[in-house]
Amino acid sequence: MVPAVRSGFPTLLRKEVMRFWKVSFQTVAAPVLTTLLYLLVFGHALAAHVQVFPGVSYVEFLIPGLAMMAILQNAFANSSSSIIQSKVTGNMVFILLPPLSPVEIFGAYLLASMVRGLVVGMGVFAATLWLVPLPMKEPLWVLAFATVGSGMLGTMGIIAGIWSEKFDQLAAFQNFFVLPLTFLAGAFYSVHTLPPFWQAVSRLNPFFYAVDGFRYGFFAQSDVAPAASLAIATAAFAALSLITLQLLRSGYKLRH
Amino acid sequence: MTAAVEVHDLAKRYGRVQALDGVSLAVEQGEFFALLGPNGAGKTTLISVLGGLAHADTGRASVMGHDVRTDFRAARRAVGIVPQEVVFDPFFSVRETLELQSGYFGLRDNGAWIDELLERLGLASKASANMRSLSGGMKRRVMVAQALVHRPPVIVLDEPTAGVDVELRQSLWAFVRDLNAAGHTILLTTHYLEEAQQLCSRIAMMRDGRIVALDSTERLLAAFSERVLRVKLDGSTLPASLAAGSVDEGEGWWRLPVPDVAHVEGMLARLREAGASVGNLEVSEPELEEVFVRIMRETAR
Repeated sequence: MVPAVRSGFPTLLRKEVMRFWKVSFQTVAAPVLTTLLYLLVFGHALAAHVQVFPGVSYVEFLIPGLAMMAILQNAFANSSSSIIQSKVTGNMVFILLPPLSPVEIFGAYLLASMVRGLVVGMGVFAATLWLVPLPMKEPLWVLAFATVGSGMLGTMGIIAGIWSEKFDQLAAFQNFFVLPLTFLAGAFYSVHTLPPFWQAVSRLNPFFYAVDGFRYGFFAQSDVAPAASLAIATAAFAALSLITLQLLRSGYKLRH
Repeated sequence: MTAAVEVHDLAKRYGRVQALDGVSLAVEQGEFFALLGPNGAGKTTLISVLGGLAHADTGRASVMGHDVRTDFRAARRAVGIVPQEVVFDPFFSVRETLELQSGYFGLRDNGAWIDELLERLGLASKASANMRSLSGGMKRRVMVAQALVHRPPVIVLDEPTAGVDVELRQSLWAFVRDLNAAGHTILLTTHYLEEAQQLCSRIAMMRDGRIVALDSTERLLAAFSERVLRVKLDGSTLPASLAAGSVDEGEGWWRLPVPDVAHVEGMLARLREAGASVGNLEVSEPELEEVFVRIMRETAR
């Protein structure tokens, strides 16, 4: 008989982390480089023209926003690409046949996405250290927003991966939904510089709170009070998690 | 004793296709059981329900007494499924693939069994090779190993020999026979009916999502197929005493039903007595293929 066994969750988590780590040049180094390019181009072009917070240079302002953008995009990319690849190539059966519960599957994909997002975020900071030494006035807020932001997008990636049947459907989800929301989350500007209408629209974007609160951790200045931002981002994360768990429980597009 | 696999009134619809239409079936522990049927009969859907890859619309399914929905952990631990399509994860080596699969079942320190599987399936020399670099046959061996990594009491093979070379086919069946002898229940689907005839003690035939025949291999063969004596007579006709049930196949060949192999000698004696000159002869055993074709023809809607 089969001996007494443990949960398969740690193995699935390890596999998901190994999956991106084995190709880390593409999954970690490349997004760090892209972010640095943004920083060099926008930082250089706009440094003399823009000052958002008093006492904070534009390049300094830009770094946390870009880092958070990289965290969000990579957390999304990890879970969504893993699931769609497994579905398209058919090897999803090896995850669906073992006795893994919906919660275990959710937790493993989510945590691996968060790890990837956070590793890329740390890569961005490591690479910008020599450029601009950044203060970190409230490190706990930095940690909290990095965690919730990567969780929110990791979860969204699971939903997108489950929903998509082909790579171009996932690409559409990414290009028409995730990318606009991350770019319009205030990584490059403060929402206070926007006209009132666009300020109001920005406040409907949960990614905005992740960027704004994350930035607060560095400068102790932000557009919205960090506690409010954290509450809103956490609520979005929780709602997305409940949706994802429900999809996994029902077997939607996975267990036919 | 609890049945290894038990399904009751299982139904499943995909759009306009009724893939399963009230299937009930029990496979006892230790059986070597074949599930046969043409493409689209519902075999793979039935297997998918057993492994939790598909949810049935109505009906119940259990593996070793564990319901596949309400007690899914125990049910999935009890069954190892080799899917029909060759699929693999290109990120990992053969050994990593098996270690991961072992871990998904919550098993640690399973290295000795993984080594044995690699050895038995001829994969030992490929253990460190990436899955991408393997041939189709080798990838299929890995899939068999993946299904066995948690030592399931019930093993389901969905057309494991489709497009597989003779050597792998023979080594695979030798291994599966050993597993069956060691007490594992085997549920097999195949389009190679001679494999099912040789290996399986009981057979279910499916068509359009329903079971249309279910019996021991022996009884199916006896009921639907017959042993025949084929003789080639040189320049003579068949004696009237042997004419009942005979078929003229042309070019001097006659096909005579043989109820029992002991009758062959008497039939030849009668030919001799009638002065017939036998140029050639052969006795053919009942074949599952004939049974299959007849059942499918009779149950055609």
